Amino acid sequence: METISLIIDGKKVHGEKGQTVLEVALKNGINIPYLCYHPKISKTGACRICLVRINGVALKASCVEPISEGMEVVTEDDEIIKIRKFVLELLLSDGDHNCLYCDANGACEFQSLVQRYSIEEIKPSKTRIPKEIDYESSNALRRNENRCILCGRCVKACKEIQVSNVWSFAERGSQTHLVADDGKKIGESSCVKCGTCAQLCPTGALTLQPVKGRGANWELTAIPSICIYCGVGCKIDFYKNKDNILVKAMGNYTGPNNGHLCVKGRFGFDFVHSDKRLKKPLIKKKGSFEEAEWDEALDLIASKLIEIKEKYGPDSIAALSSAKCTNEENYLLQKFVRSVIGTNNIDHCARL
Amino acid sequence: MTNSIREIPLSEGFFVIGSNTTENHPVIGSMIKNEVINKGKKLIVVDPRRIELARYADFYFQIKPGTNIAILNGFMHVLIKENLYDKEYVHSRCEGFEEMAHVIEKYTPEYVAQICGLDNPEDIVEAARLMARLKPMALYYSMGITQFVSGVNGVKSTANLQMLLGNVGIPGGGVNPLRGQNNVQGACDMGALPNTYPAYQPVASIENKAKFEAAWGVSNLSTTPGLTLLEMFNHAIEGNIKAIYAMGENPVMSDPNQKHVIEALKSLEFFVVQDIFLTETAQYAHVVLPVRSFLEKEGTVTNTERRVQLMHKVLPPVGDAKDDWWVIQEVARRMGANWNYKTSEDIFEEIRKVTPSYGGVTYKRAEYEIIQWPCPSEDHPGTQFLHKDKFTRGLGLFTPIDYTPPAEDADFEYPMILTTGRILYHFHTGTMTRKSKVLDENVREGYVEVNPIDAQNYNIENGEVISISSRRGSIRIKARITNTVKPNTVFIPFHFFEACANVLTIDAVDPISKIPEYKVCACRIEKINL
Ligand code: SF4
Ligand code: SF4
Ligand code: SF4
Ligand code: FES
Repeated sequence: METISLIIDGKKVHGEKGQTVLEVALKNGINIPYLCYHPKISKTGACRICLVRINGVALKASCVEPISEGMEVVTEDDEIIKIRKFVLELLLSDGDHNCLYCDANGACEFQSLVQRYSIEEIKPSKTRIPKEIDYESSNALRRNENRCILCGRCVKACKEIQVSNVWSFAERGSQTHLVADDGKKIGESSCVKCGTCAQLCPTGALTLQPVKGRGANWELTAIPSICIYCGVGCKIDFYKNKDNILVKAMGNYTGPNNGHLCVKGRFGFDFVHSDKRLKKPLIKKKGSFEEAEWDEALDLIASKLIEIKEKYGPDSIAALSSAKCTNEENYLLQKFVRSVIGTNNIDHCARL
Repeated sequence: MTNSIREIPLSEGFFVIGSNTTENHPVIGSMIKNEVINKGKKLIVVDPRRIELARYADFYFQIKPGTNIAILNGFMHVLIKENLYDKEYVHSRCEGFEEMAHVIEKYTPEYVAQICGLDNPEDIVEAARLMARLKPMALYYSMGITQFVSGVNGVKSTANLQMLLGNVGIPGGGVNPLRGQNNVQGACDMGALPNTYPAYQPVASIENKAKFEAAWGVSNLSTTPGLTLLEMFNHAIEGNIKAIYAMGENPVMSDPNQKHVIEALKSLEFFVVQDIFLTETAQYAHVVLPVRSFLEKEGTVTNTERRVQLMHKVLPPVGDAKDDWWVIQEVARRMGANWNYKTSEDIFEEIRKVTPSYGGVTYKRAEYEIIQWPCPSEDHPGTQFLHKDKFTRGLGLFTPIDYTPPAEDADFEYPMILTTGRILYHFHTGTMTRKSKVLDENVREGYVEVNPIDAQNYNIENGEVISISSRRGSIRIKARITNTVKPNTVFIPFHFFEACANVLTIDAVDPISKIPEYKVCACRIEKINL
């Protein structure tokens, strides 16, 4: 790898050949704003919010500008601020951004830029036409195109990450809008509900369906863990609210999944809150289950196993371990079977 | 997997056999699609069902269920006959080539096409030629290779092919089984198997017995390999197994031949189940213990690429539910064991000591690094791909393998072939996915896929409830008419207890792995409303 050094805002930094100014800046904690850029999709260079000044003259979109040796970059000056404000105001006037009603409130990249650049309230543009609102057709996604800033991330997320090619842009200019499968409602399209477009959407234009009403974004806590389903082992950031209810699952970018999830990893966890969950040990008495305390249940199990082992020998006992349990639990069960019972009768459903 | 998920972009091509990747391992499926559709990489697919990946494939072979070995031998036949295999690799890194080549000789494309029910033998030749050009090519497979009485041989055949092509032990290549459950890999690594201690150390070995007796402070370890899952049930019926302790399994739903499993469970003197729900299986227990779901516990799991990852407690426990390990420890203590683990990390520290391949893995590393076993010490980076420079056993061994037919073929009485599997929106026995709104709403009930030609012959309409029977039993189920399956073949996803495919499946098993032949049995379909 060829290392390149350059100066960003007076600070000497290094990057690798082929990296862009934005990538190197972000890596060094220099906060250039961006909207159409996302590290997991190809670069568009469309929104112009990431403009920087290169070598004292040219204004360039930093998300597509490759670094070069000795390059000097200024990430913000009066002219750049003016342009950024102009871009944001244009987007605001073309859309309908009432954050109070929006699922993305508090987690919206566009909102945070509007704050950062202290934009005052903007009147809707005269050419603005109301766009599609579809909260119903899909049980996975909610859309409100009036919040769409046409960044194109969703199009690329579906094309390059999920590779289902559901979204595309139709028409031009102020008429530009998103369509699913050449004009179907998202719920009737070929969408497989992986939710990746919503995860990458920087606004509230595309959001996940079961989230609304479960708590404001700033009330949520995210804790990473691993998907319980298939062997890919996707790492997931689980968001829960103050009442310990799961709100959403977002792909973690450091896992083997690189941020992506499938429909099971995205929406498959309601079962943990099911009212059918077992809460108490159950002992079968006269053919039906009765609730018991742990001590009673555990004593019964131990005495029964001892009795059977003494009467018929250790090989009359067997255990089924589980491919859904942790390594520690599998280890401990085989240790129990081998060292406490004294048999090798242990297996799990690896074959099934 | 011999190789890693992050190597997918390094492959020039993919050979997917017996894996409906986009539905069963969707995230890997998407990564493969991205290479093929967006970057022009090559794809060869072999599967009895016209799965999504078949649409993007350069070659797709819709084989008769249970004929994987024949087609794999067919590709190898062409590679050897046309001198397209990697001679340098085969001679320097492998052995047993001559013996294998001898067996392969009779698998001419015509012969193979006949076994597999393919119309065009020339495609086998063309696909083999393409494989030889793809450097490297990665092979992916799943239960569509293993769930046959010839499953072990199927696995060995995939290795034969990849060694012949020089694709093992290099980045972007490999023989890559996709594991169906989030911790199958770990459960095997940890010795939840009847014949091995952790890290696949055989229980039959006296040295291993001594080693584990010293580590565990006991003197009673048995050197007799134990029973596999299906054997346990057989022995229960025969009266040799008196008690079963089940941690979160649902064999009534997941095992072949449901009636047989239920009979076995009913004949037990004592049956304990620990689970998060009162499953179909738990109904038969004498004691059921409530445990914590994966989101309420901490611990490690190992994914299909041997990567060890740490799970965290996201939610508080429900009711009196406890950690599975806590329960096992409590029972063990009451039976005289002197165990004192306070956290799952305590257990992991012990695992590291007795599992050489996990020796260098710590909770901290599992959280912040990409650690794939073998990782023998803390300064070892882990192993991105296996068999680099040399195979674990030294030279890679070619195994001569002949095609053998499945245990049951279609006949006059049961003229059709049933194959089973999973679908995108559900998982395994449905215990979790059917309780999740979005997933449940997408597919609410079981169905059987029937080819339009068969539908016409039997006068069946889309959505009509029909009867399917095999020598084991019979179920009623809605028909879904689709070209995904070939004529004379039907497919049932096995997630739905009310239309349970495993009432029909056969419990014939592979003689070595004991994997049941879920993927093929003979059946009969009948119209109910005449
Ligand atoms: S949810 Fe997934 S499949 Fe559906 S449109 Fe979004 S990215 Fe595409
Ligand atoms: S829906 Fe979201 S991601 Fe898609 S173009 Fe609009 S703002 Fe961007
Ligand atoms: S999110 Fe989907 S692909 Fe990832 S581990 Fe879960 S089930 Fe597998
Ligand atoms: S982020 Fe650079 S142009 Fe949009």
